[in-house]
Amino acid sequence: MLQYTFQRVLLALAIIVVAISALFTIMITLPGDPTTVLLGPRATPELRAAFRANMGLDDPVLVQIANFWGRVLRGDLGTDYNRNRPVAEAVFSALPHTMALVFGAIFWSATLGILLGAFSADNRNSWLDRVSGILSVGFIAAPSFVVALYSLLLFSVTLRWFPTIGAGEPGDLGSRLYHLALPSFAIGLAWVGYVARIVRASMLETLGENYIRTARAFGLSRRKVIYNYALRVAILPAVQVLGVGIGGMLSSAVFAEIVFSRPGIGSLIYDSVSGRNYPVVMGSMLVAIGFFVTCALIADLVNAALDPRQRVK
Amino acid sequence: MGHFKHTLLGRLLADPMAVFAMLIISGLVLVALFADAISPHNYAEMNLVDRFAPPSSTYWLGTDNLGRDTFSRLAQGSRIALYVALVAVSISGTIGLILGMIAGFGPRWLDNVLLFIFDTLRAYPTIILALALAALLPRGLSTVIIVVVITSFSEYGRVVRTQTLSLKNAEFILAERAMGASSARIVFHHILPNVLGPFFILAAMNLPVVITIEAGMSFLGIGVPPGTPSWGATLKDGFDFIRTTPWIIVAGGLPLILVTLGFTFLGEALRDQLDPKLRKSR
Amino acid sequence: MSDTLNVEGLTVHYATQEGALQALRDVALDVPPGQIVGIVGESGCGKSTLINALLQLMPENATIAAGAIRLEGEELVGASQRRLRNMRGRDIAVIFQDPMTSLNPVLTIGRQMLDIQYRETRSRAEKLRRATEMLGRVGLPDPDAKLNAYPHELSGGQRQRVAIAMAVLMRPKLLIADEPTTALDATLEVQIIELLKELQQEIGCAILFISHHLGVIAELCHRVVVMYAGEAIEEGPVADVFLRPSHPYTAKLIECDPGRMKTKAALLPSIPGDLPDLTAPPEGCIFRARCDKATDLCRTKPMPVAVTGAHWARCHFAAGAGA
Repeated sequence: MLQYTFQRVLLALAIIVVAISALFTIMITLPGDPTTVLLGPRATPELRAAFRANMGLDDPVLVQIANFWGRVLRGDLGTDYNRNRPVAEAVFSALPHTMALVFGAIFWSATLGILLGAFSADNRNSWLDRVSGILSVGFIAAPSFVVALYSLLLFSVTLRWFPTIGAGEPGDLGSRLYHLALPSFAIGLAWVGYVARIVRASMLETLGENYIRTARAFGLSRRKVIYNYALRVAILPAVQVLGVGIGGMLSSAVFAEIVFSRPGIGSLIYDSVSGRNYPVVMGSMLVAIGFFVTCALIADLVNAALDPRQRVK
Repeated sequence: MGHFKHTLLGRLLADPMAVFAMLIISGLVLVALFADAISPHNYAEMNLVDRFAPPSSTYWLGTDNLGRDTFSRLAQGSRIALYVALVAVSISGTIGLILGMIAGFGPRWLDNVLLFIFDTLRAYPTIILALALAALLPRGLSTVIIVVVITSFSEYGRVVRTQTLSLKNAEFILAERAMGASSARIVFHHILPNVLGPFFILAAMNLPVVITIEAGMSFLGIGVPPGTPSWGATLKDGFDFIRTTPWIIVAGGLPLILVTLGFTFLGEALRDQLDPKLRKSR
Repeated sequence: MSDTLNVEGLTVHYATQEGALQALRDVALDVPPGQIVGIVGESGCGKSTLINALLQLMPENATIAAGAIRLEGEELVGASQRRLRNMRGRDIAVIFQDPMTSLNPVLTIGRQMLDIQYRETRSRAEKLRRATEMLGRVGLPDPDAKLNAYPHELSGGQRQRVAIAMAVLMRPKLLIADEPTTALDATLEVQIIELLKELQQEIGCAILFISHHLGVIAELCHRVVVMYAGEAIEEGPVADVFLRPSHPYTAKLIECDPGRMKTKAALLPSIPGDLPDLTAPPEGCIFRARCDKATDLCRTKPMPVAVTGAHWARCHFAAGAGA
């Protein structure tokens, strides 16, 4: 297990480095004055000159990449020249909001999805199974930002059951959760569908396995066999999918943050792109991608921990 | 006639989900083709007097903030959606298909390189990459297509690669090699036809995703140029004026939901029919 | 003293798209206490259906159209789910054919052996101790370590020993062994058979041993039942049945056993023809289409004909054939 973990961590780091470096390279090799790209259009000529000298912008690309990572490793994600503060500060104050959103979505969608999937497999071809099957496909199909818009319209603007803007009062957990409810619902809806379908299919396959028959032959109750033995194995593909799906959720989170006017990495990237604030764009992209790859890595490791067969690779 | 029942089309027509899907998709194509004919108004025509009107007999789905008829705009939007979908899927699909077959069939080192590229591309959440690229590239449909291609081709590549790998060691391939067939011939004549099944299913499932990406980008203002009646742009207008009228959003979301539902159901039905293993476990 | 197992007139149908598949028809067999009874037959003879029926763990589309199954006199068909669950693993235990797939791959051996003792009120430590003891008894080296191992970490032979340990742990009245040695090589097969013999002596259980390996049946069993296409077509003491087969199918089976061939031959002997379609079983004797002794009489269904007191066969010519 240890060796496997080590390999996967290494691979994850390699991917992050390559992905961000590629992005960085594109940004600095585009035609035009690189200081415009890196400092934004508001920088003064003096600032540009000083910047060129400081940053070694005429150095070869590889050297610049190395310098970039050097700064990153020292915790310096660049400076937001528009607001005169370190990018790291902007990014790390926004990150917790996005994480809350994503994990809230995963939590409720995974729970509901697994229950629905297990129950469907247990009661195959019942009306509940058929209805939930169609609903699952429907949930998957509907684009998350449309769901977000409709929920905002229906539950916030029209019915006024939920707030329309913001993340709630700092320090007030209840207020935070209240503001989290609708956006994480919007993001999670598609995932209920995915998870339910995968769990159902995986359960049906697992239930046909010989060791399930053995368990029943030894007198274990149907409930224990299905919801304990079979579900334990059947959850694995769902965990995999969720881990990989974090990326999709990040994209959905961008929309949710904009539709519900919440702070977060998504809003940050969007605002900085609109404002041509490139240092913030790079810094927040780095964190977003890092977050995503880390989540996928954790899901992979959890998967290997739960299913010992996976480790023999 | 008896034979028809067992052809793919025949079996699809027996599945109510597939029929529903095909109706929607045909509807989309027809609307796109005859958008001008069926639109009661010109989609760009502004009647400021009638702005924010709710649905009525004159304006079937109401009007937007500039008094433009929502229905006509949505009808035009279907053209954009279809265009983006077909072009983007064709390009990314072709790239993915070729790279996938090379990865699966070629030497190990090449496979590792391509696999790493696929994995790295998956590290970019789609919209986030779109936002980053939008910062650098001019607004327009070409940008949308570039973003979609970059984020999609790796998925095709992986699926095709997996198929190719499993076929590579199949007996009939070994037999062909034993008879001296060249790699190129094996790849194009034997592997390609067997790979196309999952490939087309993936493409069918990918079309709605592409349409959604374009809509999402336009919603964020980084997709089509302003004024273009893409579905996402309509939703953006609706969102900006959500407190004034709900109708723009309600109407704007409908075509997206219908189309994504339709394509997804079709992809499901295709998968049920083309994968015999799944058919049994229903 | 009543038999450990009585099966009478057991008829099982599967509902399929092509109609009712009559997987078992009027099957009868008895297993006296402490005896080892073998079941011999090719694939498709209904062995699996029989086992599933004995455990009352049949798939949804299966129905018991007729018949009775009694364990020490207690009727199993129609018994309550609770009663049946109680019996599984305690009064009836099963050793399945393929230990790789019949053991749960994501749980340790120890955990699985704990789980099957769920009815017992002993402490966890006590249960583990019993498990370790049994693992040692079935010949596994270093049984303590094995408790923490996963099935895929053990060899095929070791896994089968684990399966045996699990099955006899609760000292069942009836042990059903479903081709336990088919997936093993010859040396292992001998060891496993020896082990089963020893355990049977110690525990005194009755064993129903299913196999298509005639040599093993001859070695291990007291009595044997021959099955073909869903019917029990011959039954008797193992020496009697194998030396003086009274049903043409049994005779052919023995003839075709590769273990018996004394000289090299270009072709392996086989029985011409195919298994009958069980959705529409033929009138009369089930073996008629492939039997070279068939006459018009065979169009009527043969009842069991006694060859000796303890040996019968379903063939009109049985009484004469064995002599």
